[in-house]
Amino acid sequence: MSRATILSAILSNQPQTTQLPEDLQFDCPAKAAVTEKFIQMINLIGGRVVEIQRIEDINLYATAHYGAGERLITPIEELDFYTQFAGDEDPHQFENIAFAVFKTHFAVAENGAVWITEDRMGARVLPFICQHLGMLVFEDSIVSNMHEAYQLIGSQDYGFGTFIAGPSKTADIEQSLVLGAHGARSIIIFLLKKEL
Amino acid sequence: MSSIKHPELSDIFNKDEERVNWHDDTLWWIRAKRDKAAHGISEWELLRETASQIKNNVLSNLHNYLIEFEEKAQKNGIKVHWAANAEEHNKIVLSLLQGKGINQMVKSKSMLTEECHLNEYLESNGIDVIDSDLGERIVQLAKEPPSHIVLPCIHKKKEEIGQLFHEHLGTEAGISDPQVLTETARIHLRKTFLTRRSALTGVNFAVAETGEFVVCTNEGNADMGAHLADIHIACMGIEKLIPKKKHLSVFLRLLTRSATGQPITTYSSHFKKPRKGQEMHIVLVDNGRSVQLGREDFRNSLKCIRCGACMNTCPVYRRSGGHSYHNAIAGPIGAILAPNLDMKEYADLPFASTLCGSCTNVCPVKIDIHDQLYKWRQVIVKEGYTSSAKTVAMKVMDFTLSSPTRFKLAGKIGRWTLKHAPFTVNNRLNLWFKNREMPEAPEESFSEWYKRNNSI
Repeated sequence: MSRATILSAILSNQPQTTQLPEDLQFDCPAKAAVTEKFIQMINLIGGRVVEIQRIEDINLYATAHYGAGERLITPIEELDFYTQFAGDEDPHQFENIAFAVFKTHFAVAENGAVWITEDRMGARVLPFICQHLGMLVFEDSIVSNMHEAYQLIGSQDYGFGTFIAGPSKTADIEQSLVLGAHGARSIIIFLLKKEL
Repeated sequence: MSSIKHPELSDIFNKDEERVNWHDDTLWWIRAKRDKAAHGISEWELLRETASQIKNNVLSNLHNYLIEFEEKAQKNGIKVHWAANAEEHNKIVLSLLQGKGINQMVKSKSMLTEECHLNEYLESNGIDVIDSDLGERIVQLAKEPPSHIVLPCIHKKKEEIGQLFHEHLGTEAGISDPQVLTETARIHLRKTFLTRRSALTGVNFAVAETGEFVVCTNEGNADMGAHLADIHIACMGIEKLIPKKKHLSVFLRLLTRSATGQPITTYSSHFKKPRKGQEMHIVLVDNGRSVQLGREDFRNSLKCIRCGACMNTCPVYRRSGGHSYHNAIAGPIGAILAPNLDMKEYADLPFASTLCGSCTNVCPVKIDIHDQLYKWRQVIVKEGYTSSAKTVAMKVMDFTLSSPTRFKLAGKIGRWTLKHAPFTVNNRLNLWFKNREMPEAPEESFSEWYKRNNSI
């Protein structure tokens, strides 16, 4: 109802059109430096990096850290705790997930964020509702900054996508940093090293 | 209501000097973290300039961007609603909930809904609202508004929060450890997330090109709410649009570094389509923004990305507290946004500044905040919204300063008074005497000295 009123008020009040600035681009540092920066950022934001040689190595981590009674889940087929998703599961059933691992599209060195879209989550709520989160990052998919990140995302289509940087956190009580607010309490980056 | 509310409310905040110092130090510490993050990026100033130009372009083409956004969002399966003002916004949200027979909602941080007083409205209509951001939950339990847009309970001591949790969430009395309190809130709110069928979130950025919107949180509360609910309602001011997805790179680099000194928030979630079986709604809210767009001197305020950097750096905000601004958005940016909504009610806010310009210098989108504060003062005086005491004082100043004879005489009287009758100025009636001693009176004025020394 108010649509026409709002739009016409805006049209008559908006100033003369100004140009958009040019896209920003910066020199890319060497790949080794990008990886090093990424690891440094992950540590800074409260995450942990575990270097692996092959995807299946994640199984070893999982069995070493989680007991038989704990519920693990992953949409990554190579893993022992792989679960098939139909896409219309009731999100509430994931309430008791202890550990979930996902395959990311790429990671960003400047802030330690990883980019993941719905098709790699199994269910949208999973990376948030699990107690502990694992993210598989291919070393050669780490980009330097957010400008490169959005170049990679480009016109990629998704229903939902998110950058996740570190564990869920809050400093709302007297600015004391506490990890594990509402989302995952911890994040492990499984960094898959390049083949030698 | 009188128009000197900010000074009075600041007085209340300043009764406890130790607390004021603590508040001041805490916010300055955050400002220092912002500096460290900003200085860590060599292209920082280029980023600010780029963000500013993008936002200028948004404001100059807002009409088309809104239409483009609406079309794309609808194609993505999102329902788009338009609200001219707070009242219409609140009604839309209520009708969406009533349409689904829902009487409980979980809400993540949204300053827009604070601006619209949505919680009060929904509660008076039988809807139970739970704020899920920890800071917002704390002030909600305390029945207070947030005092800061990024750090809602920055004015609260952990002991007070412990007491609130003891009363409302059943923690043991005397517990004030942030770790324990946060864990309590986590468990309590998990139950909330799992039982609420509706979730409302704010919007940090909406992309015209793709019809998607981005919500940034550190806690993950927006995502927990939205992905578990049957219906997700996202409310945004119309100025939150950006033209293209790639522009997010600029804003996501600036937002959290400016806000808390973090490189990025933990979660930057891009909502494009509702999940299978879910309803997703966007409410586009004007509420005075189109009017502000038409005010040439003040339209830049619509570039704001709500990082809160101007508050953390403001010497007045840090020492008067967010509640002294009696507006959903406090601090320097609140002081230039509020008079647009109600000039009379918020006539005091543009005067709550030293005009030092620090806000303008830290603003990631280069809003000329202190210039706008100065311009609002002129508008407000012209419209006659200043207190009569201030008007009389200014008239007296004008009368005195516009005549050299009267100016000289006033100087003489002033010097005589300070010397012979200091008690007439050294008292509580003189605002300049508050927290400071009046200066010793010089023997002569500069003019007299100049005349004497140049008479040879």
